[in-house]
Amino acid sequence: MKIAFTTSGKDMEATLDPRFGRVAGFIVYDLETLETKLIDNSQNSGAVQGAGINAAETIIRAGANCLVTGNCGPKAFRVLQAAGVKVYSSEAQSLTDALDAFRSGTLVEMNTANVKGHW
Amino acid sequence: MKIAIASGKGGTGKTTIAVNLAKNLAQQVQLVDCDVEEPNCHLFLHGDKTETEVVNLPMPEIITSRCDGCGECSDFCEFNALATFGGPPVIFPELCHACGGCRIVCTRKAIVEVDKRIGIIDSINVDKITFLQGVLDIGVQSAVALVDKLKQKNDPSIHTIFDAPPGTSCPVVATLQGVDYVLLVTEPTPFGLNDLKLAVLLVRELKIPFGVIVNRMGIGDRRVHEFCEKDAIPILMEIPDDRRIAEAYSKGHSIVDVFPEYQNRFKELSDSLFKNSDKKNGGNSVLRSNKSGDLYNIKDQSIV
Repeated sequence: MKIAFTTSGKDMEATLDPRFGRVAGFIVYDLETLETKLIDNSQNSGAVQGAGINAAETIIRAGANCLVTGNCGPKAFRVLQAAGVKVYSSEAQSLTDALDAFRSGTLVEMNTANVKGHW
Repeated sequence: MKIAIASGKGGTGKTTIAVNLAKNLAQQVQLVDCDVEEPNCHLFLHGDKTETEVVNLPMPEIITSRCDGCGECSDFCEFNALATFGGPPVIFPELCHACGGCRIVCTRKAIVEVDKRIGIIDSINVDKITFLQGVLDIGVQSAVALVDKLKQKNDPSIHTIFDAPPGTSCPVVATLQGVDYVLLVTEPTPFGLNDLKLAVLLVRELKIPFGVIVNRMGIGDRRVHEFCEKDAIPILMEIPDDRRIAEAYSKGHSIVDVFPEYQNRFKELSDSLFKNSDKKNGGNSVLRSNKSGDLYNIKDQSIV
C-alpha cells in the first residue's frame, strides 16, 4: 500500500502542505517496503485550470492508494474516487506525524471534497 | 468599419456609449453586445426578436470499447479537462475549450465530438439598428467561444459597434481582434486610471488605433487627463457626472433620447469615427482633442 503526502520538502521530516492541486510535490511512502519516492508537481503551479485534476492523475499514476493532505476540491476528489484512492485530511505538522496518525487509525477518510474549487 | 467599446474598469459607461453611438448614426448599423456573461444593451433597445440561435461547442466523448487508457489525450490537454489513469479518461466538460486536440492525438479513434450547448445569440431589429447579443448559459465558462460565434454572424458590409466585456481578459481580446478602432471608456478616478492603463497596454499589443472617452467628469481628479496627454492619447469626448443621466439610465432611457443637447455630440463622434474610416490612409489615429475637448484632425487641423 502506497500513501501520497503533499509537501514542498524532500523527506518524511518535511511539513505537510495543506494544498493539493498546486502543491510543490508529493512524497509517496510505501508501507510494505518503507521506501519513499519524491514526485515533482511544479508543472501545476502555473496551470491555467484543473491543477487538482492533474495532481490527482499524477499520484494515481505513481501507484498511490491513499492521499494524505489538508484540503481536496471537488474535481480532484472525483478523479481520486474514480481511481479508488482514499483521501484523508490531516492537520499534522510533519509527514511523520501524519503517517503516525494514519497508522494509529485516527485519520478520518473523506467521503466528499472538503473545500470548493479555487477555495 | 468596426468599432469596439472597451474599458478595463467595469461600470464606466461602455454600454451607454455603444447604445448612444448606434442610435445616433444616420445609416444602418450593427450593435453587437459581446459581454456575454452580463449583456445589458438590451435594456436600452426595444425591438422585435427575429432569431434566437442556440450555440453549441463540440465536446469529447469516449468510445470506451476502443480506449486502451494510454493517456495521450489527457497529457495533450493544456486545460486538464481529461484525466487518465489506466482506463478510459474522466472528462470535465466545464474545463474543455473545444480545441479538438484530444480527438486528433487519439491513435485508437476512441474520441468523438458531441455538441454541448453553451448559450444563445439573439438577433433583434431596432429601427435601423441590427442588434445581436450573446447570452452565455449559467455555469458555462466558454465566453470566448460565444464571442467568436457572435463575430462570425457580423455582416462586414455594414458598420458595426461591438460592446466589449469589462477587463482585459480573453473575452475582451476576442472582441477586439480584427476591429478597426477601439474607444476606451474610463472615469477620472484612480481606479479608472489604473484599469485604463491596462486596457491601453492591451490595445497597443493588438496594434489597434484607439481613443479615450472620459465619463462622469467632475468626480476624481485630473490624472486620467495627464496620462492621456503624456502618452498622446486622444480624449474624444467627456461626459459630465450628471445625476439626470443616471436617472434616465435607471429607467432604461438613452442619453440621446432624454437630452437632445447630447445628440449633436454623439453624432459628431460617430460621424468622425465612421467617416474617417472611408478615407484610405486617414484612419482614426489622426484624431486628437484640443484643450477645450473638440476633436480635430491633426493632418489639416480641421475641427470635426
